[in-house]
Order: sequence, then C-alpha cells, then structure tokens
Amino acid sequence: MELTSTKHNQRIHPHKFTLWIAIASICMMFAGLTSAYIVKSNQDNFLEISLPNYFWYSTIAIVLSSITIHLATKAFKARERNKYKLLISLTAFLGIVFASLQVMGFVNIENHGISLIGNNSNAAASFLLVIIGLHALHVLGGVIALLVMFILSFSQKIKSYNSIPIENVSIYWHFVDILWIYLLIFLIWIR
Amino acid sequence: MSNDTTLHASTDAAHNIHGEHHEHHHETFITKYIFSQDHKTISKQFLITGMVWAVIGGLMSVLFRLQLGFPDESFPWLEDLLGKWWAAGGHITAQGYYALVTIHGTVLIFFVLTAGLSGTFANLLIPLQIGARDMASPLLNMLSYWFFFIAGVIMLSSIFVETGPFSGGWTAYPPLSALGDASPGSKTGMDLWIISMALFVVSSLLSGLNYIATVLNMRTKGMSMTRLPLTIWSLFFTAIVGVLSFPVLLSGFILLIFDRNFGTSFYLSDIFLSATGTALPNEGGSAILFQHLFWFLGHPEVYIIVLPAMGIVSEILSIHSRKPIFGYIAMIGSLFAITVLSFIVWAHHMFVTGLNPFLGSLFTLFTLLIALPSAIKVFNWLTTLWRGSIRFTPSMLFAIGFVSVFISGGLTGLWLGNSALDIHLHDTYFNIAHFHLVMGVASIFAMFAGVYHWFPKMYGRRMNITLGYIHFWISIIGAYLIFWPMHYEGLAGMPRRYYDYSIWESFKQFSELNRFISIVVFITFSAQILFIINFFYSIWNGRKETSLNPYGATTLEWTTPIHPGHGNWVGEIPEVHRWAYDYSKDGNDFIPQTTPIGADEKNEH
Repeated sequence: MELTSTKHNQRIHPHKFTLWIAIASICMMFAGLTSAYIVKSNQDNFLEISLPNYFWYSTIAIVLSSITIHLATKAFKARERNKYKLLISLTAFLGIVFASLQVMGFVNIENHGISLIGNNSNAAASFLLVIIGLHALHVLGGVIALLVMFILSFSQKIKSYNSIPIENVSIYWHFVDILWIYLLIFLIWIR
Repeated sequence: MSNDTTLHASTDAAHNIHGEHHEHHHETFITKYIFSQDHKTISKQFLITGMVWAVIGGLMSVLFRLQLGFPDESFPWLEDLLGKWWAAGGHITAQGYYALVTIHGTVLIFFVLTAGLSGTFANLLIPLQIGARDMASPLLNMLSYWFFFIAGVIMLSSIFVETGPFSGGWTAYPPLSALGDASPGSKTGMDLWIISMALFVVSSLLSGLNYIATVLNMRTKGMSMTRLPLTIWSLFFTAIVGVLSFPVLLSGFILLIFDRNFGTSFYLSDIFLSATGTALPNEGGSAILFQHLFWFLGHPEVYIIVLPAMGIVSEILSIHSRKPIFGYIAMIGSLFAITVLSFIVWAHHMFVTGLNPFLGSLFTLFTLLIALPSAIKVFNWLTTLWRGSIRFTPSMLFAIGFVSVFISGGLTGLWLGNSALDIHLHDTYFNIAHFHLVMGVASIFAMFAGVYHWFPKMYGRRMNITLGYIHFWISIIGAYLIFWPMHYEGLAGMPRRYYDYSIWESFKQFSELNRFISIVVFITFSAQILFIINFFYSIWNGRKETSLNPYGATTLEWTTPIHPGHGNWVGEIPEVHRWAYDYSKDGNDFIPQTTPIGADEKNEH
C-alpha cells in the first residue's frame, strides 16, 4: 500500500516521528517520578544515601554503548554487514552489562543495611529502586529491539537497505543514555 | 473532482481497493472484523465497546440512585438479580453502593468518554478528513484497541470477585487503594482495578502516539494545518494532552503498586488501622503525593474528554447552519490555550488538602483563566448559529444541547475554581452537578451528535430520526432535571458519596428531591436504551444511504465511496485546495475542499 507519496520524502518518517513523541511521553513519566522525589526529599525522615560506585561503572558502560550504536548505524549505511552485526551485538551486550551493574548497585545498597522494599524501607531507597529500575527496564527494551535487528540481519531472503529501523533504535538508545546521565546528576544533586 | 464519477465507481470500489492493495493477504472474517488494522473497523470496535460500557456504567448509576431515592424501601427482586453481596434483603448494601459509585466513575470517565469518544472519532475521522489511507501505524492502532478490550475484561471481572470491585472512589486515593486491609474492595478488586487501568494507560498512549504522528505526517497534498477541520485540531490536541499526562498517572500507579505489594512508604505512613487493630509499620509516606501525581493526569483528563467533543460540535454546528465556523483561528488558539492551561491547574482539586494558600491563589488564577478560551469557543459557536439556515437534525440538536450544558455547567466552574468558595463547595453535590453537566453530559451529547452525524459514513445507512428526536428531548430535559437540583443540595452542604442521607437531620429535607432526581434518572436511562436499539437496528435495517455527501459537507470523508474499503479512496487521494468551511460562499451552498480556487475567488486559507 502506498501510504506516502513521493512528495512526502523530505518529511520525517512517521515511525521516527512516533518515536520522538514516545520519548516525550517517557520523559513525562520520569518527570513525574523525579518531581515526586523532590517533594518527598523535602519532608522529614528522608534518608541521605550516597550512590555506590557501581552506578559510575554502569555510566561508563552505557556511554560506550552509545558510541558503538553510533558506529553500527554508520556501518549499516556503508553496507558493511559484518561490522554492523558485531557492533549491534556489542551494544546489546553493553546494555545487559549496564542493567547488571545497576542490579549490583542495589545489592550493594542492601548490603549496607538499607532496605529498598519491605517494612523498614525508607522512601529514599525505594525511590532509587523505582526510578533506576524503570530506567533499566527501558534499556532492556532497547536490548530486545537490538536482538530483533540482529536476527533480521541474518535473514537471507530479505536484504533490507532501509536504514530507518536502525536509526530509530539508535535514537532511542541515545535517549536512554542521556536519560541515565540526567537521572545520575539528579540523584547526586537532590538528596 | 465530480461526485458523480465516484458514485458510479463506488460499487466496484471495495473490490478494486482489495485487488490493488491487499494482494498479499486474503481477508478472512477474523482479519476483517476482529483483528482488523483498518482504522474504520477499529473505530467501530471502540464505539461498540464504549457503548457496552456506557450501558454498564449507566446501569450502575440507576442502581445507586435507587438507594439514594428510596433508602427506606426494599426491592426483593434486587437480591434475586444481584445476589446478597450487592443487595442483601432488597437494599443496595453500603459496600455495594461504594463499589457502584467507584466503578461508575472509572468506567464512564476512562472507558466511555476517553476510549469510546476519542477512540471512535479519532480513528474514524483522522485518516478520512486529512486524506490518508490509514493511520501512521495500523498495527499500533489495532494493539491500542486490544489493550483497551483486555483492560475492560479485567475491570468487568472485578465485579464478580468475592470481596467486590474496588470501592474507594474513582480517584483511588491511598490509603484505601494502597491497603488491602482497609476495606473489602481494597483487596482483589483493587488489584484488578490497577491492572486494568495500567493496560488502559498503555492503550491510550499507543493510540495517542498514532494520532499525533498521523495528523502531522500523513496529510494529503494541499492539506496545510490551517485547512484542517476543527475535529482534527481538537483530536490532535487531545492526543498531545493524553501522551503527556497519562505517563505521570502511570508513575503514580507504579509507586502505588510498590506500596500495595512491596511494603514501601511512598504514600503510607504509620496510621492506625481499626480493621486489624494495629498501626502500620510504614513511615513518612504521604497520600498527598499520590493526589499530586493523580491530578496531574486527572485534570488534563477532563480536557481529554471535552476537547474532542468541542471539535465534533464545531464541525456539526457549521455544517448544519450552512455557515463557516466563526473565528476558525480563534478556535484553534483557544484549543491550544486550554491544552497548555490544563497542565497547570491540577491543584484546584486539592484546595482543602492543606495546600499553601499562596499556591492556592496561583492555581485559582490559572483555573479561572480557562474561562477565557472556553468563553471564546462558546461565543464562536453561538455566532456560527446566528442567522444560519439551521437544519435541526438529531445530530444538530445534540450539538446545540452540548453548547447549552457546557455553558450551564461551565459557569459553576467559576465558583469551584475559586479556592475560598471551594472550602464550602468541595465534595458536595454542587461539585457533582458541575462536572456531570460540563464534562459528562456535554461530552456524551457530542458523542451522540457524532454518531448520528457520521453513522452514514460508518455503516452506509441512516439512523431513525424520530427516535433520535425523542432521545434528544428526554436526554436534555432529563439532564437538567437531574443535575440542576443538585446545585441546591450542594449549596446546602450535602456531601457526595454518602450512603443514606435520610439519617442526617440536615439533609432530611432533600428526601423528596432525591426521590424526584432518581425517578428522572430511570426515565432518562430508558431513553438511552432507545438510542442503543436505534443504533443496532439501523446498522442492518436503517434506510440505505444513497448520496455520497448526504449533508452537503465540504470535508474529505464525503469524497470516499459510501462503503469505503481499506485504503478509503479508489485511486489517487484527492488534493485539497481550500479550508474546510466554505459554506454559503459566493452564492454556493458549499464548496468541497477538493474544488480548486476559482479565478475570481479570494484565497483566504
């Protein structure tokens, strides 16, 4: 079905545009959570938690993954298929490393005797779990998208040179990267 | 382009579209009617599901009005019908009553007036009126409906659990929503409520993304933004409001789930619970936090409900007055102003929560500012009607009815938006009367107007007009007779959500008035059944539509065949040369958007 005629070509692709609106929507969810965090941090009994170093290591992992997905997009456009496959697998791997480091960060917090959930938990710790946890889920969503791309790239029947899907995954990936850096600065700043 | 040629082509149209665009798959019953990706079918699915929920939600109001109007009488058949939990001894039980008001509110606000209204008309009109073959992503569109459907099934199933559905009010404030021990309805009922609502949020987000992307990217050649019909503008702003506010509700729900299931203290503090005789182990949580997150969606939500209604009404008033809409740009500007303001007024629902009075005055200011764009719109509707050649079809009557109830409900908004007056009026029947008129009745009227108006486009047949007139007059008279007296009850301080007012010395005086309201509710509800019968009868047996453009309208949906296939237009999508409101221009009754600008014609849009 010819949904877009030739004159539409200079316009932004509908799927890419939809992604941008979805990003705005995700931003609003985290805006809701972080403003709730600000309100809560001004009340009594808000525990001051210093972030474990794991969250710094994970930052390195996700920044590296942003570089690899950028290179993957370039490789796709240059039609270097093997390099492209390698780079998206590396990105997905870094995404999983990132999520694991976040989990280790939480284990570290628990080991210091601060419970994240349960009866004697403090809202400050629970907020860390909810905010960082939801962000990690969004990263894992990106990993799933990358896995789909990876499987598609092995398909022998259809050789697709359409760069829109990888560009979209790349935009999303950079977004969760920037979102993490924002959250990190936010969580250091406001306690 | 001439309508005649399309008319001749119309019988072959569906088949042609089939052949051209769907060679890769054969349409079975399932892909055509159930898991359809055609925006027109999805629109019908939303409409009919919305109608089922409207009947369920309406029936709930009939049941609790039975309790409010006749608190001392018993109706043994009620127990036979609903069972002991709901109506022991023929009385609606207290627990049943709270469950009824809660689910009535949830269902009508979210399932009927959000999904039913936006879902129906955005899906039907956006592609047809902007000149697109379908939505930007038909797959997401289909998923949006099915998420809504599953949300509905889960909500429906909560009615049948042993401890009853959630019964802490549609706003789901903690602690009633966060503590299973707080009330019977806070147990399984609340679990199902929150799962259902989370799925509903997903559905709204998927459809909102699609609407925005479609309006901005898929318009046909020549269809600039300022040539769009106002229906599309209003649905576009609705989608923006939804996409930006529903995620905040979701974040509030996530924290609520953690409090309910994982023992965190976002909303819960060390309150004493009489049901268990102990204090909670939680520390430092605040229920006000939930109210902020909830109302940050909750207020935009009422504009999600009323904006599409405004768009539908603008379109219908203009077509049936045979006049261009008055102040087209002012209409868009006021929609935009309402969209922006809707995000900064949420705390007017919280004036009595101990909110800082200085903040209160700010929120009062923003709230009262909404009166300006609303007044601009009302003025423009009235001036559109002024000296028009009005055709009083059922859809036109409902559109005028919308303007009427929007004015009478909107004026009381000025009272309630005032933080000082709100101290007296909050949580009273005054409030009930206000929001039922301005957003409940108004939006459902616009929905009726839209269904009567676009029925020929949806099903290729007409609805019965006489039944439509009866439906309208009972509905509008009923709406005023139900809600007008409630203003007086509220001014006298009668609180909402009480189970039985006859035991209160101060509210005994309203017994007869309450009975009167209840009787009107029963009559008005039966008129809605008339509409349902008319609707379903007309789908199969209504008068066949023979004209491509039955109302002499300018917009693109009337250039498609009477039964458009998936893809809407046979051959090329028409090009647009003018705005959507060239009625009674230069001696022409109407000039379709597809007609090029004449040599001696001014091109204003």
